[in-house]
Amino acid sequence: MSGTVKLWDMSRKDREPLIRLENADLMPLPAPLDGAVNDRAWTRLSEQCKSRYETGLDDTCAVNVPQPKSAEEETQLVAKFLSGLDKLFDKENNWAFLQPLLLTLEHCTGCQTCAESCHIFEASGGNELYRPTFRSEIVRRLYFKHVKRGGLLSAWQHGTIEVNWPLVARLIELAYRCNLCRRCAQACPIGCDNGLVAHELRKLFSQEMGIAPREIHENGSMLQLRAGSSTGMTAEIVKDNVAFIDEDISERTGIEVRTPWDVKGADVLLIHNAGEIMAWPENPGAFALILSMAGVSWTMSSELAAYDAINYGLWYDDAQFARVALKQVEAAKKLGVKRIVVGECGHANKALCVIADRLLPGDLNVPRENYLPLLRDIVLSGKIKFDPARNDFPVTLHDPCNMVRLMGVVEPQREIVRALCPQFSEMEPHGVNNYCCGGGSGFAIMSGNNFPDWRFHVSGRKKLEQVLNAFGDCLGPETPKYLCAPCSNCKGQFRDMIAYYDLWEKNRLLYGGLVELVVNAMTDVKPGFIEWEWR
Amino acid sequence: MTIAVYLAIYAGAAIFLGGSFRRAWQYARTPLHLRWELYPVPHEGPYRAAYGGSYLEAQEWWRKPRMDHRGYEWLVMAEEILLLKSLREFNRRLWLPSFLFHGGLYLAIAALCVEAVTGLLGSADGAPAAALAGIGTAGCVMIIAGACWLLARRIADPAMKNSTRPGDFFNLAAFITAFGLLACGYLMRGAGTASLGELARGIIHFDRQVQIGRTFGAGVILASALAAYIPFTHMAHFIAKYFAWHSVRWDDRRNERGGRMQTEMAANLGRKPTWAAEHVGADGERTWAEVASTNPAQEARK
Repeated sequence: MSGTVKLWDMSRKDREPLIRLENADLMPLPAPLDGAVNDRAWTRLSEQCKSRYETGLDDTCAVNVPQPKSAEEETQLVAKFLSGLDKLFDKENNWAFLQPLLLTLEHCTGCQTCAESCHIFEASGGNELYRPTFRSEIVRRLYFKHVKRGGLLSAWQHGTIEVNWPLVARLIELAYRCNLCRRCAQACPIGCDNGLVAHELRKLFSQEMGIAPREIHENGSMLQLRAGSSTGMTAEIVKDNVAFIDEDISERTGIEVRTPWDVKGADVLLIHNAGEIMAWPENPGAFALILSMAGVSWTMSSELAAYDAINYGLWYDDAQFARVALKQVEAAKKLGVKRIVVGECGHANKALCVIADRLLPGDLNVPRENYLPLLRDIVLSGKIKFDPARNDFPVTLHDPCNMVRLMGVVEPQREIVRALCPQFSEMEPHGVNNYCCGGGSGFAIMSGNNFPDWRFHVSGRKKLEQVLNAFGDCLGPETPKYLCAPCSNCKGQFRDMIAYYDLWEKNRLLYGGLVELVVNAMTDVKPGFIEWEWR
Repeated sequence: MTIAVYLAIYAGAAIFLGGSFRRAWQYARTPLHLRWELYPVPHEGPYRAAYGGSYLEAQEWWRKPRMDHRGYEWLVMAEEILLLKSLREFNRRLWLPSFLFHGGLYLAIAALCVEAVTGLLGSADGAPAAALAGIGTAGCVMIIAGACWLLARRIADPAMKNSTRPGDFFNLAAFITAFGLLACGYLMRGAGTASLGELARGIIHFDRQVQIGRTFGAGVILASALAAYIPFTHMAHFIAKYFAWHSVRWDDRRNERGGRMQTEMAANLGRKPTWAAEHVGADGERTWAEVASTNPAQEARK
C-alpha cells in the first residue's frame, strides 16, 4: 500500500475513497489475534452515509460533513476554507499557536523520521495516507501558495496542490485520523510538529467553517457549557448520582464515605471527568474514600462545567477551550480553595494544568495540579495501611500521552503500582516514549458510522499489541489480568477495544483506573473492591 | 575573477547574515504562545530528564523552585547538533548520510573561520594552514558524499516521494556542485594561485593581487550564492531548531503573578479575532478575553 496515494489524489473530483484498508494490509498482531483471519472483519460504510456525507478519504466517516448541494456551495466552502487558512497565520486570530505552526510549516525537510514514530502509520501497514507528513505537506503547500501568495518560484521550491472542495472535504476527515499524541514531534530532529498541524486544521474547520464531529462539539463542549457536563448531567443530577456512589462505596468497603460539595476554603477542589461518574462510578468512589481516609480537606463544585474536568476544546477549538477552562477556575476562585486537583483524565489534566496556564491572568491563576503526586504522597505516607497481596495479579500500566509525554508526570504512578502490585510489569516502550491508546483527541467518544472499526483496527492497534505482549506469558483465561489506565478517555478506548476483540471473555483481560488498585489494596477495606466482571 | 570572488563572498556573507537575522527576528517577534512542551525537558536536570519527568510530579509545585540546569541543556543541544542524536535514535537509515553532510559542513565552516582569523592576523601560511586546508577539503568531500547519498534517497525511496519538491533536488545538486568545484579547484590549483590562507587574507584586505584559479573561484561564487539562498529556504532549520526546541518543546515557564509573562498574556487576550463560525462569536470588536467570557450554549438558549 505504501506509496500508492499521491498528494494530488486528495483533489480528485470523484467521491471514491482514496484507500480501503483490509486486515491483510495491517501491522500483524500477536496471539490471540495473529493472522488476518483472527482479526475482526471491517464494517463498510452504508450506502445512506455515502450518499449524504463526504466519504472520499478512506471508506470511513468520522465527521459527517454533508455533501454540498451545488457548485456554488462548494465554491463558498472553499473560499471559507482559504479565509480560515489565512487566519491561522494571523496573530490576532491565532496568537495561541502561531510560532510553533510557522516553525513546523516552514522547515520540514521531509526526512520521515516522524513516520517511524507514528502508531497510526505503522499500524496501517505504512499506508501513505496516514504518514504524518502527508497531511502537513498539503497544508504547507497551501500555506506557501495562498497565505504567502507564492508564485512560480515558490511552487518550484515548496511544491503546489490544487485547492478544491474534494481536497477540503478529504482534509476535514484526515484531520481526524491523528490522535494528537505528538510522538512524531518528539522524534523530529528539527522540532516540527505534525500533530499540531492536525490540531490547527481542526481549529480552522471549527472556528471558521463551524465543522466538527458532533460528539466533541454539540454533544461535547456545547453540552458542557449548557448543562454543566458533556454527560448532560446538571448540578442536581450529578449530586444525586454521587450520593448514590457514596452509598454504594460505603457498603462495598465497609467505610462510611461522603463527598463534600461546595465547601468554601477547602484545601482541594477535586474535578473528575464526569464520564467516570456515569460509566465507572467506583473511580470517583475510590477517590472519595482515599481522600477522606487521608484526612485531606477537599470538595467538589456544583458550578457549571466545574464538576466535569473535560475540555474537548483542547482538540479542536480555542474559544471553546478557553471558555471551559475559565469556568473551572472561576468556580475554584468562588469557593476560595487553595488548589484545583484534576482526577483521572489525561486531556483534562493537560488542558487545565498546562495549556490554560497562559490564559489565566491575575487572581484567575488558581494553582492547579495533577492528582498523581497527591495520591503518591498519600500512598507512601503510611497514613493508610495497604496489603499488596490483595493486588497479586498481573498488572500493566498504560501511560496516557497527555499526562506523560505532554506533562512529564511519569514516576508518581509507577511508585504507586510498584508499592502495591507485586506482579507489575511495564509495557515496552513506556513513559514518555509510550504509544497512544488510539482513543486520543476525541476518538474514544467518536462512534459514528464505521469509525470504531478504524480506531480499533488502526489507531488502537499498536497499543493493543503492547498490551498483549505485556501479558504474553499469562494470556490464558485462567489468569485474570489488570490493565491500569489512569485516564477516562483511554479507559473508554480500552473498554470498547477489549469488547470488540472479546478479550475479556476469552482472555480475562480487565481494564480500570489506578485509584481502584489503591483501594483494592487497603487493609481496612472489605476484600474484593475490584470486581472481576465485565462492565 | 578575484574581484568577482570577493564581491560574491561579501554579498553572500551579508545576505546570509541579514537573511538569518531577519528570519530569527520574525520568530522571536511572534506572540507568546500557549504552552506546548514535550518531555523530556533537559533543564529539569540529568536525573529527571533521563525518564522525562517534570516539576509537575510534585504536589504544590508552585511553591518549589524551578529547576534550571542550563549546562545540561547545552550538553543535550550539543549532542543533537553535532551527532544528530534524534536521527540516530529514530531514523537510523538516514543518520549516516545526514551526519556526513552536516559533519562536512561543520568541518568546512570551522576551517574557513580559523583561516579567516589567521588571515586577519597575517599568519595564514605554513603547516597549520596546510592542516586547515586538509580539514576543509575533508569537509567538502563529506558534504559531497552526504549530499549524493541524500539525493539518491530522495530519488529512490518511495517514502520520501510525497514530501520531496523540485527545490529539494536543486538544493542538494547545488551543494554537490559548489563543494565539488571548491575541492577540485583547490586540490588542482595551479602554481601561483592563492592558498586558502592567502585568499582569507586577501578577502579581509581586499587585496586584488591575489590570484584565484577559475574552478576554485567558480566554487567560491556558487558557495556564496548558496549561502545567500539558505536563509530563504527550509534549509534555515538551524534557526528554526533553536526556537522549536527552546521556545516550544522545552518552554515550561510558569505563569507567575506579576511576571513579565502576564503583560504578554494581557496583550494576547486583548487581540480581536475575526473567526467566522457562529459559536465563536468573534466580530473583530470583541477581544479574546471577551470571547472566552461568553457562553454560546446559554446565549443560544435565550
